[in-house]
Amino acid sequence: MTKLNTYEAAMAAYEPVLGLETHIELDTNTKMFCGCSTEFGAEPNTQVCPVCLALPGALPVANRAAIEATIKIGLALNCRIAEWTRFARKNYFYPDMPKNFQTSQYEEPLCEDGYVDVAVDGRTYRVEIERVHLEEDTGKTLHVGGATGRIHGATESLVDYNRAGIPLVEIVTKPVAGTAELAPEVARAYATELRDIVRSLGVSDVRMEQGSMRCDVNLSLNKPGDAWGTRTETKNVNSLRSVERAVRYEVRRQSALLDGGEKIVQETRHFQEASGETSPGRSKEEATDYRYFPEPDLAVMEPSREWVEELRASLPEPPRKRRERLQAEWGLADKEMQSVVNADAVELIESTIAAGTSASGAVKWWLGELSRRANETGAELGALAVTPAQVAELQGMVEDGKLNDKLARQVIDGVLAGEGGPAEVAAARGLEVVSDTGALEAAVEEAIAANPDVAEKIRGGKHAAAGALIGAVMKTTKGQADAKTVRELILNKLT
Amino acid sequence: MSTISREEVAHLARLARLEVTDDELDAFAGQLDVILESMKTLGEVDTEGVEPTSHAVPLVNVFREDQHQPSLPREDVLAGAPDTAEDRFRVPRILDEEA
Ligand SMILES: [Zn+2]
Repeated sequence: MTKLNTYEAAMAAYEPVLGLETHIELDTNTKMFCGCSTEFGAEPNTQVCPVCLALPGALPVANRAAIEATIKIGLALNCRIAEWTRFARKNYFYPDMPKNFQTSQYEEPLCEDGYVDVAVDGRTYRVEIERVHLEEDTGKTLHVGGATGRIHGATESLVDYNRAGIPLVEIVTKPVAGTAELAPEVARAYATELRDIVRSLGVSDVRMEQGSMRCDVNLSLNKPGDAWGTRTETKNVNSLRSVERAVRYEVRRQSALLDGGEKIVQETRHFQEASGETSPGRSKEEATDYRYFPEPDLAVMEPSREWVEELRASLPEPPRKRRERLQAEWGLADKEMQSVVNADAVELIESTIAAGTSASGAVKWWLGELSRRANETGAELGALAVTPAQVAELQGMVEDGKLNDKLARQVIDGVLAGEGGPAEVAAARGLEVVSDTGALEAAVEEAIAANPDVAEKIRGGKHAAAGALIGAVMKTTKGQADAKTVRELILNKLT
Repeated sequence: MSTISREEVAHLARLARLEVTDDELDAFAGQLDVILESMKTLGEVDTEGVEPTSHAVPLVNVFREDQHQPSLPREDVLAGAPDTAEDRFRVPRILDEEA
């Protein structure tokens, strides 16, 4: 069993230093150095050619769209764009690279020295960016013979090179110190902000669960006043929530080791999504000798200042500015907007409003009932089987008095179960507020007759007693009456 | 006496995934020495004010447009593989990493 401190005890004794390395797959049509398709989900090894297989004599040529996308990311992260930059070979033998090297960048990255500001608990933290460089993705390896497709116990590996050579942008932060106990939240806020920035640029779909954005989390601890400690690098972190969990776990694990007088080993660890733990992977010693050298088959790049300025002028409104604008438009308090951002509901709410609903209506559904459904199933809000247009339609039905909140929730059940849109579900399930006053009046008469003592109280001026009669009417109408109308009918009859 | 040690040759061989016998370690150490000596001679040339060169051709900004080119038929792709299974390259299991 790994010894763990409580998070609070760890933070009382140590200061954390964070670092994040993020890989983002660009969604260009073709690979980084050849014209092979990058389309996801193709049959294995059908999107490979002599260049991405590195067959003798093949000549790579850089994809202009990928260079542009990387410069845009660099600009959006406030980086300096290199005036002179080149690719380098990173030599290593691993079957996921058919070339026995990865084309990457070494001492001359495309973009350097930027920053991202993130807000946590009302405080702004500046996360400095060391570099943004361009490289290529690796192939996909399937481990067979083992129980779970993992390398443990596997007898052999099967490799599909369709992904090998897809443009991959690596974004490396400088060490982030001074976050104290908020390190996990700052790490998550940074990853979220980075994702939102890249998504706003339209250069990647940045989906962590699908691997188009991958975070490696570096963490070290030191006693206050001491030099920074030895860091570990946690890979396999597949969601924003897990970025936070991975930091928290490493803080607890490393502090327990340090308390026991042990040393932290500089190593790569793997995050286990199910347990929230990290487990040791390859130790660094063997792996670091990559013998980088300038890539002789690719020409050096000198991005002209005109080109860079053109790209800068094309940048969209930064997500942070956009959020501030939307918060004002929607009339939300800071706290509410923070909930919207945390729930990853900005776009969903924006689309719902665009589909014709009020801001308060859209916020109510996404942060209320729908967030609850997402939490119940452990799904992301955006992965729920309901579209913003359907939410707008539902809210419209409530505002028109066709549904009350209780019925609307039943309609959501149906929509999420794939029974169709709100109107369809309401019709098919017979969910509609009874507006037929004849039927309602009959139900009211019935309720009064069945509860003479309650009726007497109301006649005597105790209007609050109407609740019991409303409940009775609701029961006979199976919840399909509008409570306000029923109340009015009852009071009209008795007062 | 070689300035390159047997250990260094063994390290380089391991990085390059080359199998080298004990005798070869000594032989290569000597040969690599000769190469390093020759490089030293080159190092004597006065390069003051000369830009370092990484590419023999003075080309910059050679890009391609983001347009599809045909990939290879899968039979051709897999023809060079030592072994295949399920339309994939089949390789011995990879050690030392849990991924
Ligand atoms: Zn290719």
